[in-house]
Amino acid sequence: MWKRFRSNIGAMVGVVLLAAVILIAIFAPLIFANTPWQMVQRPFLAPFSMDSLPLGTDTLGRDVAAQLAYGARVSLLVGLVSTLVALLIGVPLGALAGFYGGYVDEGAMRFTEFFQTIPNFALAIVLVAIFEPTLASITLAIAIVSWPPVARLVRAEVMSVRKREFVDAATLAGLSKPRILVRQVLPNTVSPIIVMASLMVATAILLESSLSFLGLGDPNAMSWGYMIGAARTVIRSAWWLSFFPGIAIVITVLALNLIGEGLNDALNPHLSRKGKA
Amino acid sequence: MSTTLSIEHLTIGLPEGADRPYAVEDVSMAIEKGEILCVVGESGSGKSMTANALMGLLPPGVNVKAGRAVFEARDVIRLPEAEKQALRGASMAMIFQEPMTALNPLMRIGDQIVEVFAAHDRYTQSERREKALALIREVQLPDPEKIIRAYPFQLSGGQRQRAMIAMALALEPKLLIADEPTTALDVTTQAQILKLILDLREKRGMAVMFITHDFGVVAEIADQVIVMRMGKVVERGSAAEVLENPQHDYTKRLLEAIPTGRLPEARQLSETPALEIKGLRKVYRTGGGLFKPVREVRAVDDVSLTVARGEVLGLVGESGSGKSTLGRTAVRLVTPDGGQVMVGGTDLAALSDEELRKQRHKVQMVFQDPYASLNPRQRIMGAITDGPITRGIPRKEAEARARELLEIVGLGADAASRFPHEFSGGQRQRIGIARALAMDPELIIADEAVSALDVSIQAQVLDLLRELREKLELSILFITHDLRVAAQLCDRIAVMQKGKLVEIGTVHDIFLNPQQDYTRKLLAAVPGADWDQQGAA
Amino acid sequence: MTILIAILSRLAKAALTLLAIAVLNFCLLHAAPGDPAVVLAGEAGAADEQMIAQLRERFGLDQPLYVQLGKYIAGIVQLDLGYSFRQSAPVIDLIAERLPATLLLTLTAFVISLTCGIALGVAAAARVGKVSDSLLTTLALLFYATPLYWLALMAVLVFSVWLGWLPGFGYETVGADFSGFARAIDILKHLILPALTLGLFFMAVYMRMTRASMLEVSTADFVKTAKAKGLSGAVIRRRHILRNAILPVVTLAGLQAGQLVGGAVLTETVFAWPGIGRLMFESLAARDYNTILGVFLVSAAMVILFNIVTDIVYRIVDPRIGARA
Repeated sequence: MWKRFRSNIGAMVGVVLLAAVILIAIFAPLIFANTPWQMVQRPFLAPFSMDSLPLGTDTLGRDVAAQLAYGARVSLLVGLVSTLVALLIGVPLGALAGFYGGYVDEGAMRFTEFFQTIPNFALAIVLVAIFEPTLASITLAIAIVSWPPVARLVRAEVMSVRKREFVDAATLAGLSKPRILVRQVLPNTVSPIIVMASLMVATAILLESSLSFLGLGDPNAMSWGYMIGAARTVIRSAWWLSFFPGIAIVITVLALNLIGEGLNDALNPHLSRKGKA
Repeated sequence: MSTTLSIEHLTIGLPEGADRPYAVEDVSMAIEKGEILCVVGESGSGKSMTANALMGLLPPGVNVKAGRAVFEARDVIRLPEAEKQALRGASMAMIFQEPMTALNPLMRIGDQIVEVFAAHDRYTQSERREKALALIREVQLPDPEKIIRAYPFQLSGGQRQRAMIAMALALEPKLLIADEPTTALDVTTQAQILKLILDLREKRGMAVMFITHDFGVVAEIADQVIVMRMGKVVERGSAAEVLENPQHDYTKRLLEAIPTGRLPEARQLSETPALEIKGLRKVYRTGGGLFKPVREVRAVDDVSLTVARGEVLGLVGESGSGKSTLGRTAVRLVTPDGGQVMVGGTDLAALSDEELRKQRHKVQMVFQDPYASLNPRQRIMGAITDGPITRGIPRKEAEARARELLEIVGLGADAASRFPHEFSGGQRQRIGIARALAMDPELIIADEAVSALDVSIQAQVLDLLRELREKLELSILFITHDLRVAAQLCDRIAVMQKGKLVEIGTVHDIFLNPQQDYTRKLLAAVPGADWDQQGAA
Repeated sequence: MTILIAILSRLAKAALTLLAIAVLNFCLLHAAPGDPAVVLAGEAGAADEQMIAQLRERFGLDQPLYVQLGKYIAGIVQLDLGYSFRQSAPVIDLIAERLPATLLLTLTAFVISLTCGIALGVAAAARVGKVSDSLLTTLALLFYATPLYWLALMAVLVFSVWLGWLPGFGYETVGADFSGFARAIDILKHLILPALTLGLFFMAVYMRMTRASMLEVSTADFVKTAKAKGLSGAVIRRRHILRNAILPVVTLAGLQAGQLVGGAVLTETVFAWPGIGRLMFESLAARDYNTILGVFLVSAAMVILFNIVTDIVYRIVDPRIGARA
C-alpha cells in the first residue's frame, strides 16, 4: 500500500507541501521575531522591499509573513480538530444506523438528511454568530455542518460489510452484536473513512477561512481568512495583503486534496486490479 | 461444408505484472458453417480472451502478439478499426454471461435492438421496428408488443438473455460467439436457452462458438470440442470422441470431476436425528409504508424434514426456491415466523437472543463465497478460535485444536498465522470448513459451498467433505442448485420449489424414480442428462 | 400518477423539514448568550429600556417557552420573520426585496457550473491519460482548493481594477438609469464576474464527478454489448455511457444546491451584490439576529425547493425509480 502511495507523484507533492506548512506552523515563534499583532513598520509596505519583511506589512504595519505563519496554526488546528469531532459524531451514528437497520436506521438517517438539507455554510455562520466567535465555537460549528457525509459513508460501508458472510460466521461463533460491529465490521470500513477525513480537513480549512473572512474569526487568533477579509477594502492599493494568504490557503488545501486522492488510489486499488486473464 | 472461421496460431499477450506472459498461446481452431464448437476451460484458461480478440473487445493492455483469424477471407485481427466495427454485430455477433448487466438499464429493449440496424444503416425506421418485433417473436419472448417497450429491469434473467440473443441475431450473422451465456441462469432456464440456440442454428445455419466451463453443457450442444488450460489447447476432437475417450489427463480430470450416472451406494442411516425441522415458515414482506402495497413472499412455506446423525442431506432447488432461507433459518441467522428447529433436544427457533448465543455452536455453516466468508483483516487463527474462546475454551487449547483442524482439512498448521488474501478460493473453503468444525457442531450447513469454485477445485473440496463425513461422522445439510453435485455427496436429496418441499428421497429414488413433475423437470434440465444416462448404462 | 404521489410526499417532507428548521431557529435565539429581548433588538436599541420592555411584551418573552415557540411558529407560517430594528423594516420585506438578485446569481452560476462541468468532464474522460486530460484535471483540482471569496477578489482585481473590462461592484450601474434592453445588458455585465467565480468551484466538482462517472460506466458490461453490436465510439459515448454516467452527477448537483446558496453569501459580499447573502453579511456586523435567522430559513427553503426539482428530473431520466415504488 505504501508503495502504491509513494509512487503517486501528486500525493508525494501533497505530502511535501503539507509538511512544509506544518513545520512553519510549529516553528513560527522561532522563525519570526515579531508576533503577528506587533506594529513593526509603516503600514502598506510593499512585499520584497525590505529583507526583514519579505511579504510587506498590512494596514496597521504588521508583518504579513509572520501573520501567515501564525495563521497556519489556526487553519491546521481548526481543520484537524473539527474533522475529529465530525468523525466522533458521524462514525458512531452511521455505524449504528447501518448495523442495526430498522427504526434505528430510519431515525438516524432522517436526522442526517435534515442536517444535509440545511445549507451548511449558512448554518455555520448562524452558529458562530450566535455563540460568539471563538476557536471552540468555530471548530464546533464546522464539525456540526460536516458530519452528515461521514455518517452516510459509514452507514453505506457498514451495510455492505454487514452483508458479507464472515459477519454471519462471527454471529454463528456466538460473538455478541456490539463485538461483531467493533471487531469485525468497523475495521473493514477504515480505509474510506481515512480518505474522507483527509478531504474533510481540507474542506474545514476552507470553511474556517470563509468564516474569518466574513469577520466571524476568533479575535484573538490570527487567521488567513481574517487577513483577506481585512484587506478586502484596500484591494485596489494593496493587492498583496489579500493575495498571499489566499495562496497559503490554496497550497494547504491542495496538498490535503492530493494526499486524499493518493490515499484513495492506494487504499481502494480497484483500478489497478484489472488486467488478469 | 465450408469453414466459417479459422484461427491460426493465435497468441495474446498480457500486460506486465500479470501472473503469466500470455493469455492465449499458439491456439488454432476452425468452425465449419452450421457447426457448434465448444471451447471448454476453467477460469483463467484464456477461452474468453480468444473470443474477445475476434470481436476486437480485448481489454486495454492485452494485445494479439501473433497469429491470425480468417473470417470471410479476411484476417479479422488486423482489420482497420472501421472495418472491424462494420463486421461486429453484422456478420459476427456475441452474447455474454451476465444478462443482468449486459443491457443498458436506461434504454427500452426495442430501442436496443433497433440500434443494431441503425448502426449498420439497414432498413427504414418503420421496417426496423417490424424487424425488432419479429426477432422478439423468434426468440420466443412473451407478448412482443409489450417487451419492445419494456426496460431491462422489467425482465427476468432468462428473458434478458433472449433479448440479447435477439440483438445478436438481428443482422443474421454467420458466426455467433456465446461467452458462458447460461452460467448465470437457473438449470431449467439454461435448458431453454440451450434449446433456443440449437433451434436457431438449425434454422439459420450459422456457426456457433460456445464458451463454457461445464462439460454437461458440452454434451448437450457441442459438435466439436476444444479444451483449453492456461492459455493452451490441451485436447480437441468431436464431442463424442472427447466425452467418451478423453486423451489428455486434464480433460480426464475435468470429466471425472463432474458426476456421471454412477450414483453412490446408499448407506445405512442412523435412527437418531441431528436436525429436525417441523412446520417451518418464513414470510418476507417488502414495500409497505405510506403509498406502497405490501408484497409477501413465502420463502419457506411449512417445511418439515430430518437430517439423521451422520447423514448428508442434499437440499436442491433453483434460485428463489427458499433453500438458502431454509438453511439460514436452521442456523437462526434468520428468525422463522413459525415452526421448530430441533437440534440435540433444543428448539433453536424458540430461544431468546442471549440463550441462542450460548447454543450457537450446535449448528455451523460453510458459506458460498470464499472471498467474503473470511474477514480480510483477521488472521486465520483468529477466525477459527473466536468461537471456541467465546464458548469458554481456554485460548491455548483452542489454538492447538485450530492447528490440528487445519492439518485435517489439508492446509497445514502454519496457515494459522496468515491472512485470508494469501489463500486461493479452494483453500479458503477449507478454512471455512475448519472454522465450522472448531465449534464441534452437531450439524453443518453447507450453503452452495462449492458453487463458486472451478470444477477441479470443486472435486477436491467434495472429496474432503466425503472424507470428513467418514472420519468424523458429520451430519451435513448440503444446499446446492446443482443436482449433479448433490448426487456425488449426499445420502438423500430434498427438492424445494417456491418455498415448499416437493420431494425427498434417497439419491437413487430421486434420480431413477422421481415421483413429482417438478423433480422430473429439474432432472431433464440438467445439462448432459442423456449422456449421463448412457454412462450409467 | 406515481410521480404525483411522489411529489406530494416530497412536499410533505419539505414542510416538516422547514418546521424543524424553524424550531432550530427558535432554540438558537434562546441559546444565544444574554437576554433574548436584547438579542432580538440587536445593536439597534441595546440601551433603550422601553423598547426592550415592548419587545418582551410583543414576543411574550415572559411567558413559558412552549407558548413562545407556538407564537414564533405561527408567525413564520404567516410569513412573519420578525422585525429588523437595525433596518427598521420587517425581515420578510428585506428578504423579498433582495431575493431576486440572489436567485439570478445562484441559478446562473448553477447552470454555468453544471453544463460546463459535465462538458469538460466528458471531454476529459474521452481523452483519459492524455495531456489535455491531465491539464483539465489539474485545473479542476486547483479550483477545488481555491477559496471562493479569494477567487472573487482576485477576479475583481484583475478584470475590474487592472484591466477595467467588467464592473466589479454592485448589481447595475448606479445613476445610469438604463431601461429595458440596455438595463438587461448592464445587469448581465455586472453578473458575469460573480456568477463565474461562484460557478468555478462547483464546475470543478461536477467535472471531476462526471469524469470519474464516465470512466466507471465505460467499463460496464452493456458498453461491451454496444461495442459488440458494431456501434461507433461516438454513439456509444453519447447514448450509452453519458446517460448512465450523468445520473449520479444530477444527484450530487441537487445535494450541493445548499453549498451554492452558502457560497452566495461570500460572492455577494465581495461584489456588493444586493442579494440575501449580502444582507446576511451586513446583519452579522450589526448583530441583527432576526435578519440572520430569517435569511437562514429562506435559504434553506430555497435548497429544499431545489432538491424537489432535482428529484423530479431524476425521476424523468431514470425509468427504474417510478416503477420500483
